[in-house]
Amino acid sequence: MKTRIPLAATFYVALLMVPFYWLILMSVKSNKEIMSGISFWPQEPTFANFQLIFSDAGWYLGYVNALVYVAINVALSVSVAIPAAYAFSRLRFAGGRALFFGFLLFRMMAPAILLVPFVQIFSDLNLIDTHIAVAVAHCFFNVPLAIWILEGFISAIPREMDDLAKIDGYGPVAFSIKILLPQIAPGIAVTAFFCFMFSWVEFLISNGLTTTDAKPIGGIITRAGGVLAANVSLLSAASVLGLIPGIVLIIFVRKHLVRGFSMGRVV
Amino acid sequence: MKGNAYTLLAPALLVMMACGIVPMGFVFFYAVHDTFMGNSFVWVGLDWFQAILTSPDFHAAATRSLGFALLLLLVEVPLGLFIALRMPAKGFLSSLYIVLLAIPLLTPTIVVGYLWKILVAPKAGLFYEAAAALGLTYDMNNPVVVWLTLIAMDAWHWTSLIVLLCFAGLRAIPEDYYRAARIDGASRWAVFRYIQLPKLRMVLLIGILLRFMDGFMIYTEAYVVTRGGPGVATTFLSHELVQTALIQFDLGQGGALAVICFAFIALFSFLLFRLIVPKHSGTAA
Repeated sequence: MKTRIPLAATFYVALLMVPFYWLILMSVKSNKEIMSGISFWPQEPTFANFQLIFSDAGWYLGYVNALVYVAINVALSVSVAIPAAYAFSRLRFAGGRALFFGFLLFRMMAPAILLVPFVQIFSDLNLIDTHIAVAVAHCFFNVPLAIWILEGFISAIPREMDDLAKIDGYGPVAFSIKILLPQIAPGIAVTAFFCFMFSWVEFLISNGLTTTDAKPIGGIITRAGGVLAANVSLLSAASVLGLIPGIVLIIFVRKHLVRGFSMGRVV
Repeated sequence: MKGNAYTLLAPALLVMMACGIVPMGFVFFYAVHDTFMGNSFVWVGLDWFQAILTSPDFHAAATRSLGFALLLLLVEVPLGLFIALRMPAKGFLSSLYIVLLAIPLLTPTIVVGYLWKILVAPKAGLFYEAAAALGLTYDMNNPVVVWLTLIAMDAWHWTSLIVLLCFAGLRAIPEDYYRAARIDGASRWAVFRYIQLPKLRMVLLIGILLRFMDGFMIYTEAYVVTRGGPGVATTFLSHELVQTALIQFDLGQGGALAVICFAFIALFSFLLFRLIVPKHSGTAA
C-alpha cells in the first residue's frame, strides 16, 4: 500500500505546473506564432526576448534592484528577530503575550493600508526610489514573521542548554555565537527563506516607493505591459526570469522546508 | 544571551516603530483630518468614518472582500488538507513534490496576475482556447466567470501553503499513534478524525489566518487580471483603498477606510490568536 504511486498528489502537482508550462511556452514563441493560433509546442523556438532582457539595463536591473532590497530586508529582519525571538522563548516579562500579539498583528496588516504613509514618510526623508526604503517598509510583515518562526525553533531547544552554557562560563556573546546560533542554523535558513519569499513577491509597496533607480522587475513588467500590451512574448520571458530566484532558493532549503512550515515546532 | 527582555527586544521594536507603528499613526492622523494637498490639516473628528460606514459602495466592497476570502478558505483548506494526506511521506517523489508545490508561493504577485491574464486571453490563452474548442466563450465580462477565475488563480497560487503546513503537521505525528490505531482496527476515517485532524489543528489555524487575511486584502493579482471589473464586480477593499488615497488623493477618506480595515484585521487576528497561542506556556507561545 505504501509503494503505489500517489495518484491524487501527482495529478495535483502536474496541474499546478500547467500554467508555468504555458508561461515558458509563450516566452519562447514569437508574437507572430502566438497570434497565429494555439499549439502546445513552439514551432520556431526563439530566445530573442531573453537576449533583449539581458542586454538592456532597463530590464535586467529590475531583477538586480529587487534582489538588492530583498537581501537587505532579509538581513535586517533576521538579525533583529533573533534576540527578540530568544526573549519571547526564554524570558518571562510583563506584557510579553500582548507584545507577541502586537508583532503578529503587523504580519496580518495589508500593504494597501500602509502604502500612503510610507510614500509620505520616505518622501520627507528623501528616500523615495531607494532600495533601503523598500527594505525597511517590508519589515512590517517580515520582522513579525521572523520572530514567530525563530521563536518556535528556539523553544524546541531544551532550556538546560542555556544553563549548562552558563555553568561552563559562557558570557552572553560567546553563548550566542558558539552555542545558540549553530543550534538554530536551520531555523535561520528557513526564516530567511520565508522573509525572502514575502519580500520578493510583494508588489504594491515595492512599486509605489520606487520610480527608476530602484524599480523592481514587477514595476518594469507593469510599465511595459501598459505600453506593449500586445507583446505577450517579451512579457512572458520577463516573467519566466522572475521565477528563477525563487526556484533556486527552494532547491537550497528543500531539506528544511517542511520543518519551516511547522513554524519551527515539532508540533 | 541571558539579559533583560526589553534589551533583547529593542532592535526589533525600533524597526517596527519605523515601518509599522509610526506609519499606522499617520493613518490614524489622516482619518480624523481633512487636508488640502497634504499641506494643512483640519480636524474633522469622525466625519470620514460616518461617510464611509453609511456608503453603499463601502458595504458592497466589504461584502465582496469578505465573500472572496471565505470562498478561498472553502476551496483551499479542504483541498490543501486532502492533498497533504495523499502526499508521499518520504523518498524522492516527496522531495520533488515539495519543491514543485513551493514554486507558486515564490512567484511574484505581478507574475501571477500577468500569467492568469494570458491564460484567459483570446489566441494566447490556454483556458480561453480550451473553452472555445468546447464551443464555449470564456467571457471575462461575466461576473461569475471572473470570480471563478480569480478563485482558481488564488487556489493555484496559495493552496500549496495549506498543503505544506498540513504535510509538516502530519510528519510530526509519531508512528506509534498509527500502530495503536491499527491494533484497534480503526477505520481510515477514524484515524483522520481522531488522530490526524486534532494534531493538525495548529497548522490549520495558522493557514486559515494567513489565507483569510491575505485574501481579504488581495490587491495586485486581482487588479492585473480584472482591473476591478466587469463594472465593480471584483473591486475589493484594497482597490478602494488605493483608489481613494493615492489616485483621488483623498487622504482623509482613505485613512478612515484604512482604519476600518485595520480594526477588522485586528479583531479577526485576535480571535484566531487566542486559539493559536496557548495561554499556559511561558510568556507568549
